[in-house]
Amino acid sequence: MRKILAASLLGLSLSAAGLANAEPVKVGMITTLSGGGAGLGIDARDGFMLALKNAGATDIEVVTEDDAQKPELAVQIADKMIQSDKVDILTGIIWSNLAMAVVPNAVAQGKFYLSVNAGPSALAGEKCNQNYFNVAYQNDNFHEAMGQYANKDYKKTFIMAPNYPAGTDALTGFKRYYKGELAGEVYTKVGQTDYAAEIAQIRASGADSVFIFLPGGMGIAFTKQYAQSGVGIPLLGPGFSFSQDVLAAIGDAALGVKNSASWAKDLDNEANKKFVETFQAEYGRLPSVYAAQAYDTGNLIVSAAAKASVKDADAFRAALKEAKFDSVRGKFKFNTNNHPIQDLYVREVVKEGDVLTNKIIGTSFTDHEDAYAKDCKM
Amino acid sequence: MSTALIIEQLLNGLQFGVMLFLMAAGLTLIFGVMGLINLAHGSLYMIGAFACAVVAAATGSFWLGLAASLVAAAAAGALVELAVIRRLYDRDHLDQVLATFALILIFSEGARWVFGSFPLYLDIPPVLQGAVSLLGGAHYQLYRLAIIGVGIVVAAGLYLLISRTRLGMRIRAGQSDREMIAALGVDIGTLYTVVFALGAALAGLAGALVGALQSVQVGMGEPVLILAFVVIVIGGIGSVKGALVGAILVGVVDTLGRFLLPKLFAIFLGPAEGATTGAAVASMLIYIVMALILAFRPKGLFAANT
Repeated sequence: MRKILAASLLGLSLSAAGLANAEPVKVGMITTLSGGGAGLGIDARDGFMLALKNAGATDIEVVTEDDAQKPELAVQIADKMIQSDKVDILTGIIWSNLAMAVVPNAVAQGKFYLSVNAGPSALAGEKCNQNYFNVAYQNDNFHEAMGQYANKDYKKTFIMAPNYPAGTDALTGFKRYYKGELAGEVYTKVGQTDYAAEIAQIRASGADSVFIFLPGGMGIAFTKQYAQSGVGIPLLGPGFSFSQDVLAAIGDAALGVKNSASWAKDLDNEANKKFVETFQAEYGRLPSVYAAQAYDTGNLIVSAAAKASVKDADAFRAALKEAKFDSVRGKFKFNTNNHPIQDLYVREVVKEGDVLTNKIIGTSFTDHEDAYAKDCKM
Repeated sequence: MSTALIIEQLLNGLQFGVMLFLMAAGLTLIFGVMGLINLAHGSLYMIGAFACAVVAAATGSFWLGLAASLVAAAAAGALVELAVIRRLYDRDHLDQVLATFALILIFSEGARWVFGSFPLYLDIPPVLQGAVSLLGGAHYQLYRLAIIGVGIVVAAGLYLLISRTRLGMRIRAGQSDREMIAALGVDIGTLYTVVFALGAALAGLAGALVGALQSVQVGMGEPVLILAFVVIVIGGIGSVKGALVGAILVGVVDTLGRFLLPKLFAIFLGPAEGATTGAAVASMLIYIVMALILAFRPKGLFAANT
């Protein structure tokens, strides 16, 4: 009760600061709220809603629907939101294959799409669009950061990802900056949960480090089995595989793992402190990187709505592009292809009391741009 | 490629096969005795894993969790049989598939409602941590060896149960002629409930054992269910022996395929291209094997009722 009271008091005090010239904005949030990937979508939704609440943005209406991680369902929901709910902005999609199914169609109809997570390379290069803003990252970024970091300590890395577009993008991203030798390159089945065969190969490969991209349940299964097998070679990965949403399920097996991300809860800035504090007060758990990205997306919309009416597409687009909001990532700006230019960090999984979480141990890139921006003609 | 690595991969295949056997045995018994296609078998696997994770977290003992997984899955199985499945025996397979598919949705969303969307934590017990050295310098994880052991015990137990006990006799009789054993005065309703609960308990056991290796989360049962169906189709529907042979075949073929095919393709296509193509073919391999077996033995390797 006290938490709720505190949160609503905070909300009230902020809304008093108010947004003077705001026009009502309708946002359609399509995200994954059921099935194995629901943890990611729920974090994104909660982060987004928290941003609106903290900003006291009562004139932004949000309709939320569950895509169940199915592209065909996401397309149906997008059509419905555009045609009958008459939304101005779409957001929320976690998975790249769903984004590919929804985004090109939505922006072609003149709607804005703001990505809270998925950043497929196809939409960052030639097929970029002025109404598509990615607030999270381009898919390759976290992997590039880990490849860069691996150069420091490792000469022979074993790399592994699921055999689907985001998986091949991941290993491509890693190899783009990694200069050492590869001890092996393995693609696994999407949704695979037993990695005994791969771990045996890692043990036999003579690698000095292992890089994996295995989001969701795949990463939990691999990391546990890897620790249990006692191979003991240092494990590296992008932030997704060791994000707050999966750490509790992996348990101590994740301790000491290095992973890359654009955000961590200990990033030292005012916006982030407030985000982490209010998120914990509101939902009783620590936020993940998905929640952080969605929180920034929410604040970006609030900042743009305060400057321009969403009905005036050109003015609103310009306001979005300015990105004048307090990002939990410290600094944030858009590149020419509407993808972020941002710092990427290396984090380590540590234990704070009983809770596993990530701590920043270094910076991989400062003001990093994605590799596709040069192909984008806007 | 050393002998140690090959021995390790063979053991991995065997362990995967044994786990599939625990799933497939229940599925094939239920199909053999009651003629029922139970898509919700994967949900019982999930229930076992969740029960084990929750009890292990509350008491700190994996073994109590394991016991809880057997009890919870058997109870859920019996309950489902009494409440829903019982009404489906006389219907055709489409109705059964629809109803048990609905059960999957109910169990999945129910589990999310109770436990939330985030995966639960479950680790292997301290006694079984670590690896042992085997012949030829191979190292193998103790827990996975224990799973192989459990599989062998269950297979032997099922063999004794079916060939040596009164219950087993009734199960065999039920497989051959359902109407006749009812006419002979066997309480067929109880028999069905018992068989269903037994199959459910095995699925729950598999879920708990595997949950400690993988992740305990909503929807974990469905991928395994598909493989379990492949196993019983290969082994011959209704045959426990077929399920055992089919499971080990699928486990070994899948594991060795994942390990060897990328290396084979790499010889022709180069490492990166070979890795992706090999992985793609490896993921199809068990279905190719299934198609080949069905081409020569349309009823599977050990078809029951023939």
